[in-house]
Amino acid sequence: MIKASHTITRRSLLKTSAAGAAFGAVGLPLTYRPARAAATTVGFIYVGPKDDYGYNQAHAEGAAAVKGLSGLTVVEEENVPETVDVQKTMESMINLDGASLVFPTSFGYFDPHMLAMAKKFPNVQFRHCGGLWDKSKHPANTGSYFGYIGMGQYLNGIVAGHASKSKKIGFVAAKPIPQVLMNINSFLLGARAVDPTIVCQVIFTGEWSLAVKEAEATNALVDGGVDVVTCHVDGPKVVVQTAAGRGAYVCGYHANQSPLAPDKYLTGAEWNWATVYTGFAKKMLAGEPLDNFVRGGIAEGFVKMSPLGPAVGEAARKQFDAALAEMKTGGFAAIKGPLKSNKGDQVVAAGQALPETAIELESMNYLVEGVQG
Amino acid sequence: MTMSDIGLWSVPLAMLGGAIRVSTPFIFVSLGEAITERSGRINLGLEGTLVFGAMAAYAVAVETGSAWTGVVAAMLAGAGFGLLHAWICSFPKVNDIAVGIALMLFGIGLAFFFGKPYIQPAAPRLPAIPFGAWSDLPQIQAALSINVLFLAGIALAVALWWCFKNTRAGLIVRVVGDSAEAARAMGLNPTTVRLIATAVGGAFAAVGGAYLSLYYPGSWNERLSSGQGLMAVALVIFARWNPLGCLAAALLFGAAGALGPALQSAGVTQGYYLFYAAPYVLTLAIMIATSSPGRALAGAPGELSITR
Repeated sequence: MIKASHTITRRSLLKTSAAGAAFGAVGLPLTYRPARAAATTVGFIYVGPKDDYGYNQAHAEGAAAVKGLSGLTVVEEENVPETVDVQKTMESMINLDGASLVFPTSFGYFDPHMLAMAKKFPNVQFRHCGGLWDKSKHPANTGSYFGYIGMGQYLNGIVAGHASKSKKIGFVAAKPIPQVLMNINSFLLGARAVDPTIVCQVIFTGEWSLAVKEAEATNALVDGGVDVVTCHVDGPKVVVQTAAGRGAYVCGYHANQSPLAPDKYLTGAEWNWATVYTGFAKKMLAGEPLDNFVRGGIAEGFVKMSPLGPAVGEAARKQFDAALAEMKTGGFAAIKGPLKSNKGDQVVAAGQALPETAIELESMNYLVEGVQG
Repeated sequence: MTMSDIGLWSVPLAMLGGAIRVSTPFIFVSLGEAITERSGRINLGLEGTLVFGAMAAYAVAVETGSAWTGVVAAMLAGAGFGLLHAWICSFPKVNDIAVGIALMLFGIGLAFFFGKPYIQPAAPRLPAIPFGAWSDLPQIQAALSINVLFLAGIALAVALWWCFKNTRAGLIVRVVGDSAEAARAMGLNPTTVRLIATAVGGAFAAVGGAYLSLYYPGSWNERLSSGQGLMAVALVIFARWNPLGCLAAALLFGAAGALGPALQSAGVTQGYYLFYAAPYVLTLAIMIATSSPGRALAGAPGELSITR
């Protein structure tokens, strides 16, 4: 076992060097696969199906953009649980496919799975989607990338604020992690930029993908008087269809869901991972070191908005466009003091503004005043 | 605040709605399992049949544009899975539980394989009957918008209960399930009876799947079932192999499942993970409360591999 992993380590080292291919064929009789030409292989791992109208589809669209680059092979695996399974997937991508850069795209892949693999394969680069990477704690061959999609939810909120008649908007959330809390808070703050009396009801389903519970949560929100719904779950299809079926407006998330509810779909916050993945891949091909900490928002092209739906009125469109234009200059601050949490604590002091780039937003642990849940 | 704001009343209403919306797959799968087990076989593969039925129904509905054709296709596929299970189990010394688990994984895998191209397209939905039209409250209208399959499930439970009690066919299934020797002495062929019972059970379970993909939540994806098929098998034991009991258990399970989201929506936000476990806690509690060392597993068919 030790010998095998040693062999592979040496091999992947050789692979990245210019003369790697020739040596690989001659010097390593133990390999069970003919050595390839010095092509770079990139692995993508998804937690769900890659055409789920959501999180995984967004990543797969990014991966598809990378496939177009010459000298690069893309390997993908979908439906990989956030368990030791993902370690096996990473190991096989590295050992069998010769991947030198791996993107485990789901939040729960990071600790302990990706970290364990990063230790085992110090010459392979790992980049995780999310905000968990910490320079002082984690190995140098790992890193994270993420987008300020909260700003997209802020824009969703503006449109939702105009569309809501009951002044109550709803959010179906998976788990109370910082990125989700940031989205919920941004959604409400966007709506409150329209009308400060608006409240947001949130329901946590407890899992990233749980179709029946998501449908129940959406129904419960509409039963509770909510008339605009958005979500942060892996596949928003069920939420979008259920909410529209109940006559509520919907704001999308992760990808464009407007084909599912053309009349009720207002807009949506979408990922544009193609920017991130082609950026990494080009650096890899050029032999440059990869960044460990990659962030960007609407300004950098990491996040985009779905086209506004037919139900969006003129006033909403104007405010949306204005906020979008401001975000395109970068550093937009949705979280501005004085701001209280929904438990009544002061979370941001008066006069303080946290721009989208502020690192403390990645450890958000509160819901702002006006969020119920 | 508008007229439609009904505060805490939304909780019992949501539970009623949840019982109607969520329970249908449980009803069909548990009725299917009840028939199978009454004939003396355990088919643990119904989770796989449910998932495959969901996929088959969705795929056929997308292709033909008719939700009902999808349901029929699911029934045929489910019957096929049932026949396969019964056929394998008809050989001597085959363990039906092991075969069931194998078929569960097979059904799920096959559904994922064939279902890939159908994750994106939207299929026509099964119709619902608006029993709540008398009310002005949208919540009541929504809760009482009842799918035809739910009503069919209730009718089926009553019919099965009556058949088991009063008809010759019901008696045959029961005899085969209680004592294969007695059945043979009567001139019945237990293998044939079990073949039919398992096939019918599979067809019912697949209808449960069709409900999931064609009505609620109403889309096909690989995470559609969250163990409904397995839970329904447990519900049969909980219901003591009585079709009416299956219906009651399924309704209870659906209502308890709606508790978590409804309470959060009404503003009870502490410990929602605990509320989400309510259906399972409830099952456990009732199982413990109704069990007794004196009359263990009352109503269990004598030929089941767990009681034999």
